[in-house]
Amino acid sequence: MDVLSTWLGKGVQSSLRLAGRTGGTLPGKVVEAVDSGYLARRLATLPHGVTVVSGTNGKTTTTKMLAHVLGTRYRVLTNPTGSNFTRGAVSAVVDVARWNGRLDYDLAVLELDEAYAAKFVEQMPPRRVVVLNVLRDQMDRFGEIDHTARLLGRAVQAATGEVVLNRDDPRVAALADLATVPVRWFGVDTSLRSVFRTDDELHADEVSGTHEAVGAPAEAHPRHADVELVDYSPERSTYRIGAVTYPVALKAEGAHNAQNAAAVVAAALGEGLDAGTVTTALADVPPAFGRGETLSVDGRTVVLQLAKNPGGFRLALLSQQQSPPDVSVVAINDEYADGRDVSWLWDVDFSGLSATRGTVMTAGTRAADMALRLRYDGVEVAERITDVPAALHTAVAAAPQSGRVVIYTTYTAMWRLHELLRERPSPTRRGTRARRAS
Amino acid sequence: MSAVHVVHLYAAEMNIYGDNGNVQVLRRRLEWRGIPVDVTRIGVGDPVPSDTHLLVGGGGQDAGQAVITDDLAAKGPDLRARADDGVPMLLICGMYQMAGHYFAPFDAPRLEGVGLLDVRTEAGPTRLIGNVTASSDFGPLVGYENHSGLTYLGPDAAPLGRTALGQGNNGTDGTEGARRDNVIGTYLHGPLLAKCPTVADHLLAAALAAAGMGRDLDPLDDRLAAEAARVASSRPR
Repeated sequence: MDVLSTWLGKGVQSSLRLAGRTGGTLPGKVVEAVDSGYLARRLATLPHGVTVVSGTNGKTTTTKMLAHVLGTRYRVLTNPTGSNFTRGAVSAVVDVARWNGRLDYDLAVLELDEAYAAKFVEQMPPRRVVVLNVLRDQMDRFGEIDHTARLLGRAVQAATGEVVLNRDDPRVAALADLATVPVRWFGVDTSLRSVFRTDDELHADEVSGTHEAVGAPAEAHPRHADVELVDYSPERSTYRIGAVTYPVALKAEGAHNAQNAAAVVAAALGEGLDAGTVTTALADVPPAFGRGETLSVDGRTVVLQLAKNPGGFRLALLSQQQSPPDVSVVAINDEYADGRDVSWLWDVDFSGLSATRGTVMTAGTRAADMALRLRYDGVEVAERITDVPAALHTAVAAAPQSGRVVIYTTYTAMWRLHELLRERPSPTRRGTRARRAS
Repeated sequence: MSAVHVVHLYAAEMNIYGDNGNVQVLRRRLEWRGIPVDVTRIGVGDPVPSDTHLLVGGGGQDAGQAVITDDLAAKGPDLRARADDGVPMLLICGMYQMAGHYFAPFDAPRLEGVGLLDVRTEAGPTRLIGNVTASSDFGPLVGYENHSGLTYLGPDAAPLGRTALGQGNNGTDGTEGARRDNVIGTYLHGPLLAKCPTVADHLLAAALAAAGMGRDLDPLDDRLAAEAARVASSRPR
């Protein structure tokens, strides 16, 4: 059966490629339809099992970092950027399997969103589950935030080796009660709490309109973390592992990436790597697709920043306030992969954009909605352009030579921008690793 | 000149999907007209300020709804008296349900509401999720619904709107939201008031009256809101 299914998937893949299209998730969709147990049976042959990475924010960056770090010692199978649904994982397996169905890998690191993680573990109990956070995200897809936490709980329950949990996110920490295996904790030192807010804290900030730290002054957390981020600057992140601290210069920009790297360290230690190897390897990981990526367009620097929930958006805006860009673009699409509901944009404080002396534009299917949102935060919008390519062109033209453009964008607008901007083969052409999220 | 006092009820406990935006819209639309405004957030255990001129409440998670039930029951008589005095109220999603007589979940005890609106809510089999457009006395309404409770109107509640797209109160009778005098309940996030400024101005006019500052509201340029509403209405469910 596995040989047949592998042939089937590869056949679909080859046909698509002959037609000049990427494999995408269609091979996975086809195999899943005729052989729903394929993925589980294939992955069960991996000697070091499967690590599932889930949570609302940072899955892609974390998965990429963890696969890279574990790759210093193991042959690692991972699902490509953004295709964090089961059929994306099936497609990845079909892609790399030999024609006889065999996988020449030691372990897999799979990014799965909350709903699919819960489904996936029913078929394939993972050795390790890493849970990053629970944020108010594209809630229209799953329902409510507590429901999302329950989905993650099902993944945690299914883990056979260990779980890696974020000590500082109360909804994630509470999942420890469901685990039947040891918990490895990662966290952020209390001195950094003003930078790393929990979703409830961010939400409380937004509703109260304050940017000050709220609640009780930071106290030492009662629970010990196995890996702790103890110091952070854009240039250097310092981790305490046991009694030793390790400075790391991460290539992926942004404070939240430094927090996710703590999860990577914890998971890699669990797989038997030593702290020195892990921290050295971390410094070599390039930014994941659209997560703080920097590109050059007509002499201008264009930064792509994926924005898909209030917490992540807020962090992205904060990270630009020290040196405001010449042009800021907020590109909001409301396609299925973006989330149809754009209400969450009102949970982000955009007033910081008005403090910049740069130009602000909106783009995407909800360009008008976004302009309206900014108006109520006192931000003047110079242009609103539904068509994303046209908006990019206008934004670049509005920036001075060697100027800087920052584009905050939802998923599908990001893919469109990437198609336009990347010099390497676009996601619609053969040979690229990048795949569209289904 | 005294100020219009907007009270955000359960701002910490019941506030999801941009509900806070309704308060922001109300605040700004007063400020743009040069009318002083104060916003107070109150939560469990806080009294409703005596000089409340406009009250806003939002949606919540399961946990949030359970946390406020007892406190809301205690505030009930006070809130009903304010509504009878003409104090305008906007109650979204979870607070809309709790503003009715009760919300009856499948697998948990019935949550008693405060009866500000003559509506009752029963657990439904599926979540009703997606874009909504509706017609109303205030003009077109556009927003986004995300609820599993099915709400039915009693004789003393008028529907806020009639759905053109989406499920609304219960997916069967074509109604969306409910109204009794100046008390408005609705499932529409969005937030509703941003793209439906006529509803905002109706609430503000009533708030000014409640504050003894009755005056006509100067018109604002709402062309951008109209454009955003038109675009939203054209999007898939």
